[in-house]
Amino acid sequence: MTTLTPVLTRNWDQPDSFTLAGYEREGGYTALRKALAMEPDAIVQTVKDSGLRGRGGAGFPTGMKWGFLPPDSPNPRYLVVNADESEPGTCKDIPLMMANPHVLVEGVIISSFAIKSNHAFIYVRGEVLHVIRRLQQAVRDAYAAGYLGKDILGSGYDLELVVHTGAGAYICGEETALLDSLEGYRGQPRLKPPFPAVAGLYGGPTVINNVESIASVPSIVANGADWFTSMGTEKSAGFGIFSLSGHVTKPGQYEAPLGITLRELLDMAGGVRGGRKLKFWTPGGSSTPLFTEEHLDVPLDFESVGAAGSMLGTRALQIFDDTVCVVRAVLRWSEFYAHESCGKCTPCREGTYWYKQLLKRLEAGQGSEEDLDTLLDLSDNILGRSFCALGDGATSPVVSSIKLFRDEYIRHFEQGGCPFDPAKSTLWGGAAV
Amino acid sequence: MSEQLLKLEPPFRSTEPYDPETRERLDRDAKDILARYPQPRSALLPMLHLVQAEDGYVTGRGIDFCAETLGITPAQVTGVATFYTQYKREPVGDYHVGVCINTLCAVMGGDQIWNELSEHLGVGHDESTEDGTVSLERIECNAACDFAPVMTVNWEFFDNMTPEKAKRLVDDLRAGKQVLPSRGPNTLCTWKQASRVLAGFDDGLAHEGVQAGTESLRGLDLARERGWTAPAADTGRAAPDEPVKPEEITDPPPNEPGKPIGGDVKPGSQEGRNQ
Repeated sequence: MTTLTPVLTRNWDQPDSFTLAGYEREGGYTALRKALAMEPDAIVQTVKDSGLRGRGGAGFPTGMKWGFLPPDSPNPRYLVVNADESEPGTCKDIPLMMANPHVLVEGVIISSFAIKSNHAFIYVRGEVLHVIRRLQQAVRDAYAAGYLGKDILGSGYDLELVVHTGAGAYICGEETALLDSLEGYRGQPRLKPPFPAVAGLYGGPTVINNVESIASVPSIVANGADWFTSMGTEKSAGFGIFSLSGHVTKPGQYEAPLGITLRELLDMAGGVRGGRKLKFWTPGGSSTPLFTEEHLDVPLDFESVGAAGSMLGTRALQIFDDTVCVVRAVLRWSEFYAHESCGKCTPCREGTYWYKQLLKRLEAGQGSEEDLDTLLDLSDNILGRSFCALGDGATSPVVSSIKLFRDEYIRHFEQGGCPFDPAKSTLWGGAAV
Repeated sequence: MSEQLLKLEPPFRSTEPYDPETRERLDRDAKDILARYPQPRSALLPMLHLVQAEDGYVTGRGIDFCAETLGITPAQVTGVATFYTQYKREPVGDYHVGVCINTLCAVMGGDQIWNELSEHLGVGHDESTEDGTVSLERIECNAACDFAPVMTVNWEFFDNMTPEKAKRLVDDLRAGKQVLPSRGPNTLCTWKQASRVLAGFDDGLAHEGVQAGTESLRGLDLARERGWTAPAADTGRAAPDEPVKPEEITDPPPNEPGKPIGGDVKPGSQEGRNQ
């Protein structure tokens, strides 16, 4: 049996967990002192040895990303933290920054020192006011304590850290769109290569990491790579925050080793609400193909979820019981992607618009079986044909739902309407068996 | 059609310049913002938040101010302002209310909340009540899915909402009664005040409110109950070279550690904070 492993969430039940005093009482900023006494390259090596993989969805090895920075570029280097958490279902970084912003700040300082950067940014989405206050305060307190600014703790190392607030655009979670936005432009993805490691912010070598990745660095430096690899699986090392939402008895944040299963997590969270049947779920947000009851025992690590036909993504486990119409769910996700498509690439801009039209018709029971083929054909024309992965993500719920629930789509137009009652799915719908 | 075309133009393309005092204050703030960045153009997003803190929305004179300060054209500023949903082209209410209608929240009741609330107020998406107190927006996923259905007021979290709570919330806002977010400070600031925080200026409220909601603590609570922990360190946690002395800690905890936050508010709960 897998058990929970609170590391990042360990102090969240302390009422002052977000203050400098509260963080230091739990051993905060000791890893920074250890790091400043190390060679920067040794820190990069430790993170490489830990096998830490990006916690923002793609799972790229963090240490390897750091290693891609060209050693001889004349331009300044930057660290940018992606705190633009907006993927539907994903809700781990926001509570982390609200309850424990200093672990992120400490991670930023250690990581910047490791990659020899003197200027770091946290790009946080704009719709989370209190989280922004907490981050800004944590940064101010870290400056006052001598953890940021000139000659940090007498080490001779300087670092400026700026909290930069976005303004409402899902696309800015894409790393190159984020850079454009941070430079003061419309947030639209750039063509890669060059990758940000070579030409990123202001054209300089840039590392962009997710909040949870950077927040994991202090514990790795403090406890060692072996400690980190003692959790998780061989290729998906360490712990991660699993976010359970939807039709589950106790939704919330569960920090566990990678490789835990949804069956285990559901057991901890009191099961599907009211003893109802699990119908479908997302392993890592709406951009990851849907799973069903059949996948309850798939280990939630990068390899196993991939082998089962989806992606681990951000461990955003959205649980839907058998009161939910899958066509309605997919329509709503498609409306989201159409709304958030930045419009730069035609396949994504037009494709998500078509999705919306077709799915609206299908959900209203006015479609035909031919529409399903059109949706699949359209998906082929979106997938892999744009600068970034937004369009790819949009195809995931569409294609996987047609594969898993074709009959339910057909029932809509056979019956001339949706066979489900949306009132039963609500929090107050009382949908007991 | 012509009505639609008219709507594309901001109703108040207020190009009337700021009075000298206001402009001087804005220039000072802009200087602060510019100092944060290696290149001036990066200041544009926070400056647009600053314009909203002053005017409530992105006005023509606000666009001119950004363009002049950054040495770019008004068209370039407008191009950016229209890309991001938080920048408004028309005035919003003092309290801008968001209802999450992304899939999970919609299914959990967000759709019903939206329908009932919109009917109750008689306003639709991106529209304000006649008295200018409340405006409504259909918002996308706000990263609080474990608290679904979720609403926001001026970007503060209102968790685990119902149609009844939602209607009471806007009624209270319109009646001028105090309304408190589930996870936020002990006051609800106005749209303009919130915009100033987004521009990067401190309002001194960071220490208020809960550190985490009930749902955020579910895993940790279970781990504590069952005695589950992460493995012990292989080398032991390094001791600091110079331990921090209590007198060096300038930031006292808002509450005694381990004790609940004062008052009759249950941490993380909606109950009692939204009456």
